[in-house]
Amino acid sequence: MESTNFIWDLMGKNLWSVVAVISLPLIFVLIYALVAILAELKVSAWIQERLGPMRTGPWGILQPIAEVIKLLQKEDITPTAASKILFNLAPYVIFTGAYAAFAVIPFSEAYAPANINVGLFYIFAVGSFSAIGIVMGGWASNNKYSLMGAMRSVSQVISYEIPAAVAVLAVVVLTSSMNMMEISRMQEGGFWNWYIFGGPGGWTKIFMIPFTLTLAIIYFIASLAETNRLPFDIPEGESELVAGFHTEYSGMKFAMFFFAEYANMFVVAAVVTTIFLGGWTSPFGSFLAGAGWGAFWFILKSMFVVFLQIWIRWTLPRFRVDQLMYIGWKVLLPISLVCFIAISFFSLLNLG
Amino acid sequence: MDLTTLAFFFFAALTLGFGAVVVLSRNIMHAAFSLLFTFFGVAGLYVLLHADFLAITQIMIYIGGILVLIIFGVMLTTRITGVDVKSGRTGKLQLGLTAALSVALAAVLVKIFLSTLWHIAPAADVDATAELIGNALLTKYLIAFEAASILLLVAIVGAAFIARKK
Repeated sequence: MESTNFIWDLMGKNLWSVVAVISLPLIFVLIYALVAILAELKVSAWIQERLGPMRTGPWGILQPIAEVIKLLQKEDITPTAASKILFNLAPYVIFTGAYAAFAVIPFSEAYAPANINVGLFYIFAVGSFSAIGIVMGGWASNNKYSLMGAMRSVSQVISYEIPAAVAVLAVVVLTSSMNMMEISRMQEGGFWNWYIFGGPGGWTKIFMIPFTLTLAIIYFIASLAETNRLPFDIPEGESELVAGFHTEYSGMKFAMFFFAEYANMFVVAAVVTTIFLGGWTSPFGSFLAGAGWGAFWFILKSMFVVFLQIWIRWTLPRFRVDQLMYIGWKVLLPISLVCFIAISFFSLLNLG
Repeated sequence: MDLTTLAFFFFAALTLGFGAVVVLSRNIMHAAFSLLFTFFGVAGLYVLLHADFLAITQIMIYIGGILVLIIFGVMLTTRITGVDVKSGRTGKLQLGLTAALSVALAAVLVKIFLSTLWHIAPAADVDATAELIGNALLTKYLIAFEAASILLLVAIVGAAFIARKK
């Protein structure tokens, strides 16, 4: 197997290179979170015809740094009636779930922290840490709103995991691989080979395009629900539950929740990018392709998906609980199953 | 000591330590959340045994499924807002009996462990356990696989029957 991690090549396998491999995505997440916070503030402002933050730095680009300093300075409160250990542990468990998924994300053809064969499955599995963390925080806060937010969040995550998993599974049927690096590599050679457009293959793949396109949209919708973003943010619906599962959190621990949410957004964006939008491959075939450009394209595509998430958040209103369950179980799941069966059928016929 | 050995001891300590918390904690919720780390430790041990697919399945099913179910069960069946979810006190007789049984069981296990001639196979990298498991499930163990799926279907139908409105 050729190397898929430039740090191993540079430093060999020792303790320091392991630390480097682990911390590189962390540095990326830190920088990305600042950019995403600014993007959220600015995009929301543009959508609502406001200016957004303008005073901190030129055009307010230093606003996220100011926010972080503000959060660090805030008093760190643990409610007296809360279950102390679990209350303090929960933000870190959630962030662990979000950050663990970065282990298999192929940023470029020369850098995937761990190139394992069951990468996609792994991303779904570690997502359950976030669900547990949310219940942990919601329960430990000893607050009705927190608990209800946590229960809503988990039921939502569990429901929407199924259409998301079916959508991903359909792509796995096409690629017959769960290795995210290999899935990326299969889509090389221009945007026409991306799995959102049926993947590489002859002209017969046009029969598959409607199904893969639908699956991409279904996965995207389900991923919004999994990250608790609007229009699926009933776990933290301000008008009903104050702030949902993180009602009682303040200061640095609240920042961890925030951080984990943004990290999760990037993870699902990275999954969309990898399995539907070609991962690190260049949209123009071999033009602007290469290890460095790979990272550029990957981050560009992922940030575009993050931008879509922000756009939707500030455009659509919130669903009710029953509407949410209806959409998850009676709309998305049947459609995704039909697409899955169609794609399995086509790949048996070797169209594509 | 290389990193793998270090990782093994870390995961073993995690599994055993939080396993002890699960058994000894009076608070059911603390016990349930400790299971998170126990399951995670076991998954780590699977990884060290080169069983990557099994490890991830462990996380997926035990943490993502069973643990969430346990926590929901505990939260919904006790007073929801009360922190005082306690397991009951064990009587003297039960305590004595279980202790005796545990000691006997532990003694047998240790005896077996010491008397067995362990064949330690050289560690070989298996790259594609998922494919091997998939092929085995759909060829050699197809009947077991189908039986398990029928069992699950029956369970779903039963749950739906119990849960539906009269």
